[in-house]
Amino acid sequence: MSELNKNIAEYSLRIGDTSLILGQRLAEWCGHGPILEEDIALTNVSLDLIGQARAFLTYAGENEGLNRSEDDLAFLREAREYKNRLMAEQPNGDYAQTMIRQFFLSVYQYYFFTELMKSKDATLAALAEKSLKEVTYHVRHSSEWVIRFGDGTEESHVRTLEAIDTLWKYTGDLFETDHVDIDLVKAGIAVDMNVVRGNWDKKINEVFEKATLTVPEDSFMIGGSIKGLHSEHLGHLLSEMQVLPRSFPGVEW
Amino acid sequence: MSTSEWPLWEVFTQKRAGLPFEHAGSVHAPDKELALQNARDVYSRRGEATCLWVVPAEDIVSSTPEDVGSFFEPSNDKIYRHPNFYKTPGASFE
Repeated sequence: MSELNKNIAEYSLRIGDTSLILGQRLAEWCGHGPILEEDIALTNVSLDLIGQARAFLTYAGENEGLNRSEDDLAFLREAREYKNRLMAEQPNGDYAQTMIRQFFLSVYQYYFFTELMKSKDATLAALAEKSLKEVTYHVRHSSEWVIRFGDGTEESHVRTLEAIDTLWKYTGDLFETDHVDIDLVKAGIAVDMNVVRGNWDKKINEVFEKATLTVPEDSFMIGGSIKGLHSEHLGHLLSEMQVLPRSFPGVEW
Repeated sequence: MSTSEWPLWEVFTQKRAGLPFEHAGSVHAPDKELALQNARDVYSRRGEATCLWVVPAEDIVSSTPEDVGSFFEPSNDKIYRHPNFYKTPGASFE
């Protein structure tokens, strides 16, 4: 496989892993949602994300040339081999934390996929277009909750502030880039993260203003996801997600 | 956060443009926008709808079972009112 294929594989892995890990986190809410309607809503979002993950991981597998399927990539990699954005693996916490995490990531995916639709790689462009329809709803759903929590009761406002405080340090990691991005941007395949960042900032500010919330001052940021450096939460998530195929290799159900 | 504090909304779905809206069920939600989102999540997951209505359940005025006699029976023996020579959507006169 060429250098270009290797880069496309790595790039697809980062996109797919972020969707997969967030989808797995949301699946943890299944049966535990605060109300029936939200339980179903979050499960819908989770399934959208896992669908995206399947497509991007399959494409990563095709490009890396190691004959690995979507399942191999999802279930047989260690935490250090995962390239999901750190935000996605953060615990659910309370519903405010789940919704702030969702809002940050959905807005990120929205502008990311909007740019990726222009990719010269036809597969990535098509997957971006399909994913964008789903993510558009995720942005709407999470934004409405952020506004209601922020501008709701005193307790919901305080809990939302705590969620922002917990998660803000992972926002910088969303936009980290390396040589893979640089090479693929030159080839017209990857997204210019500065554009995504600019749009993301604008949207977060806009919704926070409606929610009577303020964006924190820039402070210490934790990064490293694209190098495979993760918070302690990912290992626990993977152990639960991967237990079946690892305990019974090759199992079918 | 108790569900009982949230009002009930009735959900109507339209399968295709031009078809009548049909009652699909109900959801709980604190306001219009979330009622619409909840309806979308609960009642349109399998391609059932291209348009949704949500209506506060308390704003629906319904006839009661006691009304059946005075409301509906008088028309039963007036055959001249029945559209025997053309079809009316939603009506059945078997």
